[in-house]
Amino acid sequence: MSLLEVKGLNVGFDTPEGEVHAVNNLNFSLNAGDALAIVGESGSGKTQTVMAIMGLLAENGHVNGQAMFKGKDLLQMSTSELNKHRGSEIAMIFQDPMTSLNPYLSIEKQMIEVVIHHQGLNKAEARAHAVEMLRAVRIPDPERSIRQYPHEFSGGMRQRVIVAMGLLCEPDLLIADEPTTALDVTVQTHISHLMSALRQNSNAAIILITHDLGVVAGLCDRVLVMYAGEAVECGTVEQIYYDPKHPYTQGLLNSVPRLDRPEDTELHAIPGNPPNLLSLPEGCKFRDRCPKAYAACTETPPMQIDEGQHAHCCFRGASE
Amino acid sequence: MMQDTGMARHTLRRFLGLIPTLLMLITVAFFLMRVAPGGPFDSEMVLPPEIEANLNAKYHLDEPLLRQYFRYLGQVAVLDFGPSIQYKDWTVNELIAQGLPVSMRVGLTAIVVAFVLGTLLGITAALKQNTGMDYSLMGAAMLGMSIPNFVIAPVLILLLAVYAGWLPAGGWDSGIASMVLPVITLSLPVTAYVARLTRGSMIEVLHSNFIRTARAKGLPEMVVITRHALRPALLPVISFMGPATAGMISGSVVIERIFSIPGLGSYFVQGALNRDYTLVMGVVIFYGVLIILLNFMVDLIYAWLDPKIRYDENH
Repeated sequence: MSLLEVKGLNVGFDTPEGEVHAVNNLNFSLNAGDALAIVGESGSGKTQTVMAIMGLLAENGHVNGQAMFKGKDLLQMSTSELNKHRGSEIAMIFQDPMTSLNPYLSIEKQMIEVVIHHQGLNKAEARAHAVEMLRAVRIPDPERSIRQYPHEFSGGMRQRVIVAMGLLCEPDLLIADEPTTALDVTVQTHISHLMSALRQNSNAAIILITHDLGVVAGLCDRVLVMYAGEAVECGTVEQIYYDPKHPYTQGLLNSVPRLDRPEDTELHAIPGNPPNLLSLPEGCKFRDRCPKAYAACTETPPMQIDEGQHAHCCFRGASE
Repeated sequence: MMQDTGMARHTLRRFLGLIPTLLMLITVAFFLMRVAPGGPFDSEMVLPPEIEANLNAKYHLDEPLLRQYFRYLGQVAVLDFGPSIQYKDWTVNELIAQGLPVSMRVGLTAIVVAFVLGTLLGITAALKQNTGMDYSLMGAAMLGMSIPNFVIAPVLILLLAVYAGWLPAGGWDSGIASMVLPVITLSLPVTAYVARLTRGSMIEVLHSNFIRTARAKGLPEMVVITRHALRPALLPVISFMGPATAGMISGSVVIERIFSIPGLGSYFVQGALNRDYTLVMGVVIFYGVLIILLNFMVDLIYAWLDPKIRYDENH
């Protein structure tokens, strides 16, 4: 049984202009110890996918489909039922370290409440555990730092605190939403090391949302490429990096600056913008920006699964 | 503890800052009162010049203004507001000491009611945002804010005192029964305002990222609200409570008149109308000190609630 199996996930938002289709018919699954990267441009539905799984959608959002976690559907759970899993078995690391910590509470209060609530530790045990975790993420002088407030920390330190907070209960599934985007490169490396260590030590599964394809290669073994709320390609890191089938994936990879090709001085970009999620076009959603589009692309291309579980949805995919 | 010294320093700094404010208040009030036309002995009946001169001499009103000012400062420094000019045989200190306890009892009760009830209603409305509950609460709050107290008071008297006969229509015997109607009248608009203020800030806080983090931790919604959301949501309410409290415990003329309560409020108006210089100065300074002290308390509560304020002050 997979740890997490997402089937036919749809996420929409009611807005005054109409319904925004943020995620459409998304399927993926994850076993214990897997590390899956979800990549794609801003607005491709990566974040809303995991928000829906965590039950954290905005009030105007609605979701249908299935998200089976250890055999139980997270999407059907009441909030109190969901709360037994959130924070303990599933932890989430958010995108913006500057605003994700409560500015009115000390780091200590924010960290110990997780373990006190889920593991029933007393205050002193919880505190000792939290200090250890801060030490593990290399916060200097953790006994003193834990008494401080978020505004006394830099962005990188706050993100490390958030990572430490996520790891406190040794989750089976860690969802990290662009955990390193706001950080400088050395801290980025450190944070990805922390996540790989969690994976190795406790066989946790990781979902990493990012648009940094470099981080993906270091940490993950599978990649799900999303475009306009849909999965366009999914495969192992090797398959995606060395044999991308979908023109969108190829465009994404092409837009990564390559230090190993000094003669290539141009910064490549995919022309155009993602489609309006209020009124998605029929057929392939990428067709208007696709250099390889042809007549058949006005029909919706089916998901094709090649050997080695490499899936993609492009009529041209097989022929390239 | 680092935090404690930060708090102590913050307190001391704020406290020292109060002295110039107070001095400025006294100065402006003193000279403004003298600039206003008329004097304490002007009335329908014109006094013979000799008598007026004698009276002026008695109250030192014949001295140069600056000398009067410094004489007054000296008095205030030892907390002596002098004799009332209008109410013969009474000192201003006595008048305040007589009216204040009554005004304070009514005012403090009303402010506590307004704070507790207002925040509870506001939080309820915020949690039920855009439901029938929210709309009816906020509609009622709007009504409570817009009906003036001189309309509410007679209606309450009519319903609860005259028709139902449950409560006295007015008068003051220091009992609970005689307090109920004045307290309701006084607290109603403040409750309504606090409820609206709380609702607004609570809704804003509930949309912030750190609340999302708290929810992602799997904490029960009750804990998310009380531990994570309440503190920031109450900050705007706290800063409103300072001046509101000062206003309420120093007495309301309208309410004291309608319910015949011997409070402090009527001295404000009487003193000003009669050009009772010492009485006006006394109540103005008293009221000013009250506002300054309550704002000072608000500052302290703010610093206690918001660690960032302690931090910014000391770095």
